[in-house]
Amino acid sequence: MHSNSSIYLFGTCVVDLFFPQAGISALKILEREGIQVSYPQAQSCCGQPAYTSGYLDDARRVALAQIAAFPGEAPIVVLSGSCAGMMKHHYPTLFSGMPEETSVLQFSARIIEFTAYLVEVLNIQLQDLGPAESVALHTSCTARREMGTLHTGRELLRRLKHIDLKIHDHESECCGFGGTFSVRHPDISAAMVQDKTAALRQCGASKVVSADCGCLLNITGALQKQQGEPDHKVPFAGLHIAELIWQRTRGEPL
Amino acid sequence: MATHPRRAAMKTETLHDFTSRSRAATADGEQRKKFRSAMDFLIGKRAAQFPDTAQWTALRESGQQIRQRALARLPDLLAQFEKKAQQNGMTVHWAETPQEANQIIHGILQQQQARTLIKGKSMVSEEIELNHYLQTHSIKALESDMGEFIVQLADEKPSHIIMPAIHKSKQEIATLFAAEIDDTAYTEDVDELIQIGRQALRRQFLNADAGLSGVNFAIAETGTLCLVENEGNGRLSTSVPRVHIAITGIEKMLENLADLPPLLTLLTRSATGQPITTYVNLISGPRRTDEQDGPEEVHIVLLDNGRSQAYADVQLRQTLQCIRCGACMNHCPVYTRIGGHAYGTTYPGPIGSIISPHLLGLEETRDLPSASTLCGACGDVCPVKIPIPELLLRLRVENVTRAGTKDHQEVMRGQGAKYRLSEKLAWQAWSLVNVKPALYLASRRSVTGLRHLIPSAKSWTQVRVMPKIAPQSLHELIKAHQEKKS
Amino acid sequence: MSAREHILAKLYNSRDQAGWPVPMALEITPPQPSSAAEKCAQLKAMMAAVHTEIYELSSENWPGKVTELMHAKHLKNLLIAPQTATGRQLQDSWPSEGPVLKYYQQQERWKEELFFSVDAALTGCRSAVAETGSLVLWPTPAEPRLMSLVPPVHFVVLDSRNIYATLPEVMQAENWAAAMPTNALLISGPSKTADIQQTLAYGAHGPKELVLLIIA
Repeated sequence: MHSNSSIYLFGTCVVDLFFPQAGISALKILEREGIQVSYPQAQSCCGQPAYTSGYLDDARRVALAQIAAFPGEAPIVVLSGSCAGMMKHHYPTLFSGMPEETSVLQFSARIIEFTAYLVEVLNIQLQDLGPAESVALHTSCTARREMGTLHTGRELLRRLKHIDLKIHDHESECCGFGGTFSVRHPDISAAMVQDKTAALRQCGASKVVSADCGCLLNITGALQKQQGEPDHKVPFAGLHIAELIWQRTRGEPL
Repeated sequence: MATHPRRAAMKTETLHDFTSRSRAATADGEQRKKFRSAMDFLIGKRAAQFPDTAQWTALRESGQQIRQRALARLPDLLAQFEKKAQQNGMTVHWAETPQEANQIIHGILQQQQARTLIKGKSMVSEEIELNHYLQTHSIKALESDMGEFIVQLADEKPSHIIMPAIHKSKQEIATLFAAEIDDTAYTEDVDELIQIGRQALRRQFLNADAGLSGVNFAIAETGTLCLVENEGNGRLSTSVPRVHIAITGIEKMLENLADLPPLLTLLTRSATGQPITTYVNLISGPRRTDEQDGPEEVHIVLLDNGRSQAYADVQLRQTLQCIRCGACMNHCPVYTRIGGHAYGTTYPGPIGSIISPHLLGLEETRDLPSASTLCGACGDVCPVKIPIPELLLRLRVENVTRAGTKDHQEVMRGQGAKYRLSEKLAWQAWSLVNVKPALYLASRRSVTGLRHLIPSAKSWTQVRVMPKIAPQSLHELIKAHQEKKS
Repeated sequence: MSAREHILAKLYNSRDQAGWPVPMALEITPPQPSSAAEKCAQLKAMMAAVHTEIYELSSENWPGKVTELMHAKHLKNLLIAPQTATGRQLQDSWPSEGPVLKYYQQQERWKEELFFSVDAALTGCRSAVAETGSLVLWPTPAEPRLMSLVPPVHFVVLDSRNIYATLPEVMQAENWAAAMPTNALLISGPSKTADIQQTLAYGAHGPKELVLLIIA
């Protein structure tokens, strides 16, 4: 993919509702790079929750609405690897053999995850104005396996020269969110996020960043719950990687 | 050795009470530590066997192709295998259900007037609950694989398909042996414990009236059964008693002998991180008249039990590629947290969640397809490239869709087990909200639009705080930002 | 309809499916050419890694080594197959003092003796696979299968000319598919288990020791 000066931003429903600052940070980073960013107001959710729950018709309906909201050929930069994976790899499956297949394939080819866009398309250079700090990276399973964004996430952190990237124990393991999994199997999900947060707290970092807000909802939710517990006096923050980058490189307040 | 009533009691438990079993399992910190360290051990062993990504990619590609080629001709291969096996002097039996398989085996044993059966490891015999069946017919079936022996002694079931006693510490085994095996003192020395097991079983091999084994691969070309193992109990079970009975699912066929080596190496490296097991046993017939040992009769029981159902669907058929290495469970974060027993099925973990619905019906296994975060670790390590997450997704669809509705065909027993009109309508409402921008914007503060994200507050907030909806959405913030700019 | 007919009918009915791949037969890539010495070295390394005791000997001196090892291991008797060339050679040179030789018997009482009174057995082997460190045994009427399984110590005599690089290679070279024996075996080390807390222990049910004598 070549560098396009005009792109679409797909915020994802989780960012829209819970992490809008991540979206604004991403927007400002992109605009600072001279990119013209369109954010269609008609966008909502990629449809993954219905898809992974077995409601394919409902997922298709929502997918088609997203496709309609992003006309033309501009790349669509997605703020979450998991949603990007849904739109890039699962939309074609969802519409396989259907009349819409061709247009869906064209749409899916335009999908690129945020960190991959910054590194692979923009080859962004970052001027780190922040203090030295140790950070852990969590990559969602879909992002890691379907989108290869472990590499781009790490690369971005490497380009922030005062950041010390810490690798936590069982780094590649799922945090236990899994969308509706956390609802259907709350005990297993709880066990997983407890192990994940324990590993993060033990790795020497003071915060965790991710480009996946589903996981962040889960991980930061658990970290905040633990705050104040006898073993967890020191707060441990979690935020979207776009927010971290903006905070550390900004020339203006957010 | 004493027998306990506990196993019978377990049967009355409802199979689909997955939630309460997984709750109990996750609350058991000791057990979680055991599984975590055991899985880490197996993950490390496997990884060391596949250091070269290109080689691994090529090898699993050929593994997939061998299995897919065999399945493309499965009925032909079964017929060919049967013919060759008969020519080799073996007897072939066919069973559609566990009940039929049990009756066939019981029939063979009755003909031999057999009272004792010594068993090599066989997950299919667990699947049909053979030991229990034979016990009710006054025949004693004794497990001889060390792990299976331990599990049987404790009156439990295997918690892993390769390492049946992985849920037990050596202290627990020491206590068990001291209590259940005559003249045995408590010892935590693993070498000593294994020697105790060896001695306890030695005479059983000698005296057993019949032996039973599973099958890792059946080769149609030559009518050969391939069994892999490390202990030698499989070889003893299949060569000392007068009769050897092998039981296998119908899917284990390979077209020819040349197909065996790639799968063997994929199996042992994926399962236990070994380049090969201590013994690879190729059995092609009973002893010939001039031979001095080996069984006089070899019987093979070919079991369907739902496999032909999976076979009939081009996507679900991939389930049958499985070579039962267990790598998917070793790498599964869910299995690691809850262990094998919580699944309530013979085959736990990811492979269990995609095979069990065919063996038992979706009604009995309704919670298994969703018992995955779809993280993809299982699919990544599968040596025959079964797209496990994709098949879990497919089963979720079958779970909530009733056959016969809107040209949805009947593909499996228990289809639509989780169908609920209320849930269907909720998803319809959800999709409506997400396709109508005005509705989406309006509903963002109402719970209906978010029910998939904020479910039952209680289950979420056990270990997490409730997420707070931001005062202004990204939609609103960007709109303001753009207005300011222009 | 019988279960057989029913199962086959179901499978035949759904066998041909659009979209199910039908890959071609496997192409066996010949192993990288390697010298006899390389193959022998690889076999030794692989087998040593799984606890096999290995000696390289000449066709004349190996029986003496067996006698020596029997003494060193305090073994009182050795089961051999006198109708094989290996067995005959050992028998001919066996000292009259010390450990005694035993032979497979047909009486019912023999099994009892085999299980509880035989200390060690010695067999030949057909070939070996360097890549996996495996010995190929095809038990015969003269050399029954329990010899390599029941006694606690198993001595195996391997002719170094019969070491192949890989399993596919030996299967092809020896044309296994044409006529499989009732029982063919690959043996890669002594019996073992890790069923108790992943701790490796040898001598689970088969031999606790495997002693390989490679004859140059």
